[in-house]
Amino acid sequence: MPARDDILRALRAAEVPPLPRPDLSAVAGIRYDDLRERFAKSVVEAGGRCAVVLQGSVASALLQIPEYAAATKIASLVPGIGNLDLTAVKDPHELAEVDFCVLPAELGVAENGACWITDHGRANRAVCFLAQHLAIVVQASSLVHNLHEAYARLELPARGFSMWLSGPSKTADIEQSLVIGAHGARSCTVLVTS
Amino acid sequence: MIDHAARAKTFVEDEVRLHWHDKAVWFVRQKRDLARAVLPEWEELRTLASQIKAHTLSRLADYLEEFEKKALAAGAQVHWARDADEHNLIVHGLLQARGVTRLVKSKSMLTEDCGLNPYLEARGIEVVDTDLGERIVQFRHEPPSHIVMPAIHLRKEEIGVLFHERLGTPVGLADPRALTEAARQHLRAKFLGAQAGLTGVNFAIASTGGVVVCTNEGNADLGTALPPLHIACMGVEKLVPGPRELGVFLRLLARSATGQAITTYTSHYHGPRPGAELHIVIVDHGRSGILARKEFRRALQCIRCGACLNTCPVYRHSGGHSYGVAVAGPIGSVLAPHLDAKKNAGLPFASTLCGSCTDVCPVRIDLHHQLLLWRGELAARGLVPLGKRFVSRVGRWVLLRTWAYRLFGKLARIFAPLLPRSGWTRQRELPPMPRESFRAQWRNRAGPR
Repeated sequence: MPARDDILRALRAAEVPPLPRPDLSAVAGIRYDDLRERFAKSVVEAGGRCAVVLQGSVASALLQIPEYAAATKIASLVPGIGNLDLTAVKDPHELAEVDFCVLPAELGVAENGACWITDHGRANRAVCFLAQHLAIVVQASSLVHNLHEAYARLELPARGFSMWLSGPSKTADIEQSLVIGAHGARSCTVLVTS
Repeated sequence: MIDHAARAKTFVEDEVRLHWHDKAVWFVRQKRDLARAVLPEWEELRTLASQIKAHTLSRLADYLEEFEKKALAAGAQVHWARDADEHNLIVHGLLQARGVTRLVKSKSMLTEDCGLNPYLEARGIEVVDTDLGERIVQFRHEPPSHIVMPAIHLRKEEIGVLFHERLGTPVGLADPRALTEAARQHLRAKFLGAQAGLTGVNFAIASTGGVVVCTNEGNADLGTALPPLHIACMGVEKLVPGPRELGVFLRLLARSATGQAITTYTSHYHGPRPGAELHIVIVDHGRSGILARKEFRRALQCIRCGACLNTCPVYRHSGGHSYGVAVAGPIGSVLAPHLDAKKNAGLPFASTLCGSCTDVCPVRIDLHHQLLLWRGELAARGLVPLGKRFVSRVGRWVLLRTWAYRLFGKLARIFAPLLPRSGWTRQRELPPMPRESFRAQWRNRAGPR
């Protein structure tokens, strides 16, 4: 018998009595008085920076980020920003030298500072992880209180890559001391636009 | 048989390291407490998570079929492995067919359990563990000592010496920041040169066919975004019914593991990226056997957060390597005897049965209860060493007779301090013996009740 059928048969033979699927609509996830303030705090707790762009453009807000100002190779999935055409990149390995990457997010979650990023860059999604520094642009109206709310709102792509991204890459594998910049971005700035 | 106490001997002899390890691991437990304290719904979430897993396990075969269908529709390929050998064979077959000789891996306790690395290395494939802690223990030819913090047993100076030898860092360099930077440079080259990436799976979503991988370093993402082949290995128990259920577990996982609200990267893979391949290997490796055992099946709810290790006084004072299995601590001691009861018969005894593991478990596994159940079963199957069996017999005989209990209490107060100490008790001091029994103290207590 092929392994697949054998495994499924063994699992069914375990005869676990059926149990109901819990109703998740009743979950009362935490809610905050000031969504934007809590989101910003969570971003900072995740090792990132958060700035609110009230007036002016994202482009001018980006220039306030020292790593952006110093960057030469800038990839961006926010239209009108950056100097690198991702669609022209045939092999993701060509993106190894990217200094800065700007990503749009569909949602931001106040309880953990995570931003929902979907398949930007398609075959070249490596740019999100290869770039030395990151900025994420999220609209204030796209902030939600907690992950329950987030999953109720978002739609997972039937095909493709998506992720929660919170802060820069980090590790505490050496003596539990937190080091920012493990393999991915060394810094992560979230811009909240109104 | 794995004799936990004997294996712990070297670890407990280095008293400074022992206390440091205890403190370092307990610190993570305290961070978990802080993260939990800010969520009023925490206990409700644990109950919910437990119910979701119990429900999923109650119709696991159906959910696996649904998952397979959706994963195929998303463009992934699905393989099934009954045991570790089949798993290793499948993974090697995939690599061999594509001429892969350089593989980058992110953390997967399953492949650790299956012995995948030595299997592939023996067949000429360079396997690079890319999680910093895993790379450190790989350099030392050691297994991880903790499922979330693989190198928690090492001091930064030891890692400095290791990196000097392996990566050419300056002699005496022991700053975690500088060492991490050296590893970043070293592993970047490995990521860019890899022909395939292998990851574990934290959660598999039945309704969408997606697999979810959580890391803080971003190593799984780099390992899968560059080479044209991504292999994801998962145990059958990783399933959740849908995305909304996933949300419940993501809220619990990182908070329980490290006290973070969420990991830096929580990646959802639905099929391969354009022009690449995604292969999902679904592994049984003893899990269907655990599912068939009513009193033990809740152990399959585990999400590998490591909270039970961090809180366990025996783990903290003996280190992960004393367990001799891929998954150490209370959950490891509950799972390992299912795979090999004879070899792992000592592990359920590496516990004080204090129940702290059960208290922190985000999916409410009755860990200390299962440890106790195992002790009974192992004794009934004659797998407990003679000495332990003899002591248990005597204990039972004494506890059933009031007069013997009183007599032994008296004898213990006189002779216990004189008994030789062995195993993990070698470094311990007995508290001073009371002069009289509790009975006598109660009888002689001053004043009326």
